[in-house]
Amino acid sequence: MRALRSLAPFLLGAPVFWLVQCYAPPTLAIVLLMAGVNVILAVSLNMVNGFTGQFSLGHAGFMAIGAYTTAKITLALGDPAGGVPPWLWSNGVFLLALLAGMGLSALMGLMVGVPSLRLRGDYLAIVTLGFNEIIRVLIENVRWLGGATGISGVPPYTTLVWVGLAALATVVTAQRLLCSTHGRAMLSVREDEVAAEAMGVDTVGYKVRAFALSAAFAGLGGGLLGHYILLVTPKSFTFVKSIEVVVMVVLGGMGSISGATLAAVLLTGALELMRGLDQYRMVMYSLLLVVLMLARPTGLFGTREIWEFWGAKKKKAAA
Amino acid sequence: MSEPLLEVSGLEVRYGGIHALRGVALKVNAGEVVALIGANGAGKTTTLKAVSGMLKPAAGQVRLYGKPVVGLKAHQFVALGMAHAPEGRGIFLNLTVAENLDLGAYLRRDKADIKADEEKYLALFPRLKERWTQVAGTLSGGEQQMLAVARALMSRPRLLLLDEPSLGLAPLVIETIFSVITAVNKEGVSVLLVEQNAHKALMISHRGYVLETGKVVMEGTGKELLSSPEVQKAYLGG
Repeated sequence: MRALRSLAPFLLGAPVFWLVQCYAPPTLAIVLLMAGVNVILAVSLNMVNGFTGQFSLGHAGFMAIGAYTTAKITLALGDPAGGVPPWLWSNGVFLLALLAGMGLSALMGLMVGVPSLRLRGDYLAIVTLGFNEIIRVLIENVRWLGGATGISGVPPYTTLVWVGLAALATVVTAQRLLCSTHGRAMLSVREDEVAAEAMGVDTVGYKVRAFALSAAFAGLGGGLLGHYILLVTPKSFTFVKSIEVVVMVVLGGMGSISGATLAAVLLTGALELMRGLDQYRMVMYSLLLVVLMLARPTGLFGTREIWEFWGAKKKKAAA
Repeated sequence: MSEPLLEVSGLEVRYGGIHALRGVALKVNAGEVVALIGANGAGKTTTLKAVSGMLKPAAGQVRLYGKPVVGLKAHQFVALGMAHAPEGRGIFLNLTVAENLDLGAYLRRDKADIKADEEKYLALFPRLKERWTQVAGTLSGGEQQMLAVARALMSRPRLLLLDEPSLGLAPLVIETIFSVITAVNKEGVSVLLVEQNAHKALMISHRGYVLETGKVVMEGTGKELLSSPEVQKAYLGG
């Protein structure tokens, strides 16, 4: 029963994503796909910035690790062997490659997190930003990873179904985490570290765990992105990309999963809708952000979820 | 006399060049309420923090049930049965009252007992029941303090460290808080109480210590200290 409840979103989601993939106009499909990747990135960054309240600016670094790991593996295992049908082979290899990318990202998250998460606030932000740049510069200088030109000819494995299911997995993981004792403990770290310690919460331990988990999903997002644009270059993973994701999290509301999801979809859609504005597009985008932050300084939903607002409205109506 | 629950000896803490504690010694026996009083800057809060692992003492011993505990991290004390309600309440402002209490029971896995304990403390603080689904930041100062005390008790401590529970509260609310301290003490929870409100603290305490510039300058039963001329003059306004 419990297993069924956990699987339900995926069993329901898969056919829906498949139908959209088959019948949606190509432009819409592209926007949805990018939105899905952004949901993965925003919701995963939210585990660090929103749940535990630690300000990380290095998300793109973990994306890069995921993207390069995944691409290297799918390229190495490009041709079906042992009579496996090609569709099964490619999807199987992709799944394994994505999992490997997530694993390596998580490991790097752990390695970066353990020393740096003793820092707080601005200092942590600077360290994670530095880490982001270190990864990028390292990749640029390693010939095996294609140097500054990156890896091209990445197989086109990413589909809307893949992205949809991965985004669902990210959201479900975040939601299940938030409702668990561990999620509560993470929130307590965000709220008041001294009090959290006094409750028996190992604050450094939880920050590191959140960091590693967040890094894993960033790696997933990076892997999916690479196999969609068919090119993995260091330029895709500069700190500008990290900040893009931070903007989504802040806009959605720190710690709000539905907020991060909606902000990711809205911002992706808005950028697409404003394509007609040509060079004024980024100006409008910035204006939109300024206006939204003035109107809702704590983000769309603050630290709460969208359904809590429906509940509150109903209560008010009843009173 | 059995072994004391908490025994502190020769405790020294330095903040950089400042010598905040100069060899504090005190003990809390099982079943006691012990007050730690003193003027601002005497080192009361520092003592609590050093006892609960939030500060690293420069020297000295802290023994919990006879076992040395200096060097343990703050979060490890909860499992040993010691809860610390830190100064300034430390409420999780963006979480609801219910979530705050759940976090108090963070280390416990006995769901049914946690529910029972919640009911028990909600009966002691009925105001919290009214505010159950409200975000803690919207509570009044008094309600927040009630929540802080209830939350600390949710870990089922044998020893409760309270740092200035009466700070900034209305007299009526202080009454409530102190009567709850007495009530949980009757159930067997020992309390180490740091207070500015010396009179109130000594009234409900079995014993007390007076701290002055990082040293214990006087100790005795609650009544003795209340009637001592020095304490009267220094802390109770003659």
